[in-house]
Amino acid sequence: MARIVFGKKRPSWFIGRTFTHLVLIFFALAVGLPFFWMLTTALKNPVEVATFPPIWWPKTIKWDNFSKAWSTAPFGRFYINSFVTAITGVLLEVSIAALSAYAFACIRFKYRDFFFLVMLAALMIPSQIALIPNYVILSKLKWINTYKGIVIPYVSSVFGTFLLRQYFLSVPSSLYEAAEIDGLSHFKTLTYIALPLAKPVLGTLVLYIFIGKWNNYLWPLIVTTKQRMRTLPVGLAMVRDAEYAIGPEHLMAAAIFVLVPVLIVYFFSQRKLIEAIAAGAVKG
Amino acid sequence: MYVPDFLAYGGLLMVSLQRSQTDQKIPKLKLNPMTRRAKRDAFTFALFTFPNFLLLTVFVFWPIFYSLFLSFFKWDMIAPKKRFIGFENYRVMFNDPVFWLITRNTLILSVWVVVLKLAISLSLAMVMNRDLKGRSFYQAIIFSPTFTTSVAVAMVWRWILEPDYGLLRVFMRPFGIAPINWIESTTHSLPAVIIVLIWVGIGYDMVIFLAGLKNIPPELYDAGLVDGVSPMQEFIHITFPLLSPTTFFLTITGFISALKSFDIIAILTGGGPLNTSNVLVHFLYENAFRWFKTGYASALALLLFIVIMAITLVQNRLSKRWVHY
Repeated sequence: MARIVFGKKRPSWFIGRTFTHLVLIFFALAVGLPFFWMLTTALKNPVEVATFPPIWWPKTIKWDNFSKAWSTAPFGRFYINSFVTAITGVLLEVSIAALSAYAFACIRFKYRDFFFLVMLAALMIPSQIALIPNYVILSKLKWINTYKGIVIPYVSSVFGTFLLRQYFLSVPSSLYEAAEIDGLSHFKTLTYIALPLAKPVLGTLVLYIFIGKWNNYLWPLIVTTKQRMRTLPVGLAMVRDAEYAIGPEHLMAAAIFVLVPVLIVYFFSQRKLIEAIAAGAVKG
Repeated sequence: MYVPDFLAYGGLLMVSLQRSQTDQKIPKLKLNPMTRRAKRDAFTFALFTFPNFLLLTVFVFWPIFYSLFLSFFKWDMIAPKKRFIGFENYRVMFNDPVFWLITRNTLILSVWVVVLKLAISLSLAMVMNRDLKGRSFYQAIIFSPTFTTSVAVAMVWRWILEPDYGLLRVFMRPFGIAPINWIESTTHSLPAVIIVLIWVGIGYDMVIFLAGLKNIPPELYDAGLVDGVSPMQEFIHITFPLLSPTTFFLTITGFISALKSFDIIAILTGGGPLNTSNVLVHFLYENAFRWFKTGYASALALLLFIVIMAITLVQNRLSKRWVHY
């Protein structure tokens, strides 16, 4: 029983446990420090900000940096814009993905595989090539500076379709057959059988799409010209470019506004998000 | 912006697998095309996939042809008439020293980012690939920049790289390095961008490498142990060859997404000073939406499309030859 003698031997890479921890602590600090630096800067007063060597934690925490930062731009409005566009975008994209994933997994059609390959071809096209054409289309539709304009061009879904289709296919086909025999329409089979079974993967997909849309900068930057239509990342970038110079402490406070929702999502679901990435990669 | 990118390319790599999978998994159904059932199913299929294909056609496929069309015109996006100028945009592009500088920047940036990211993340993954207390804690921290808004991240880094009061100066001073004005220096702005992109990307690569390492059968290491191989031999003869599909995947996807960098550069340096940190997508953005040279920007977009398409196709071919063990 070789396995018992050797156990689950993993390579040791020359180094001991303590050294491993030291290396990992170093990298965790290297990645984590910028976030800490952002927070501590946001809590300092202007004198502490302009001090070298830097002060790691301010003597008195200056909470009103946040209210000052909040008033430099209509951040409340940016929040609403970001939430409305991200949430409607997620709902539309996931619905579209679920519908076409079900079609590709469960509906019999002669040219199904051909259409599937056509859809997958879209993955190879960099979205940057579409910036100008999409802008032209949207300006013709008079969709510039609208929620529709921010959301609609990016709710088609190839990856989501692919992911959900794989999941639908992994469900025992007897379940779908039973539904068919019971005379359930395809739409009902999707909503009552396929989707509830796909809940775990659906959750991860929703989180990914939400974060992706929340973080998106380039498209909302192009398609919004009025301040009241900007999303948070664009609004934040504009605050920096604005003529009224604000201090680093206010800028960092404003950056925190943008990051908070993402960090909350990440904090509660990081294990799931990381597992999903790892699982997807192994297949490749 | 990083998230949708790697999602897309994670799926992309599965495309090649997909072809064989579709054939194996679903038994080909020989249906009589005339049955009412088949007709109804075809109709439902069309109905279900219609929204997706409509959007893909309008906002993904059509733009390729429209970009090609626009690249032959001089147009400012506002004027009602576009002026046909043939290949003039391409001629201007290839004779423009700024274009070549930007191409060079883009390539230098992509190569450095990919190489350093892979080296660091592979070492990290190997160090971490054992039973370790707090493993998921380290992993969660190192992975976090993958999800954080790049605009906010770039702003923090701007402040970190600030020459007088920036955090980085604290770590440079013990080594006697004089303060560097990263952002405003023609020699250091591109390295600054590279540093930040590596910082953003190592977590993702590390997680993928960890998954790859986990897939190596432990029996192989047992066999190595029997044969008394050194850790170095173990790495060269077992770990690295068996990891080659993962490394290949990360090289290609990393290179493609580095070619497309925009957010970090736009905020961190704005492409400056004097275009020394400008890259293709940012240059495209400037041309299209700041200077309204729509035709020229379309030519740039088409170039980007062709380059990425070529890499993808070469990757599809090579993946069978390069990846072996």
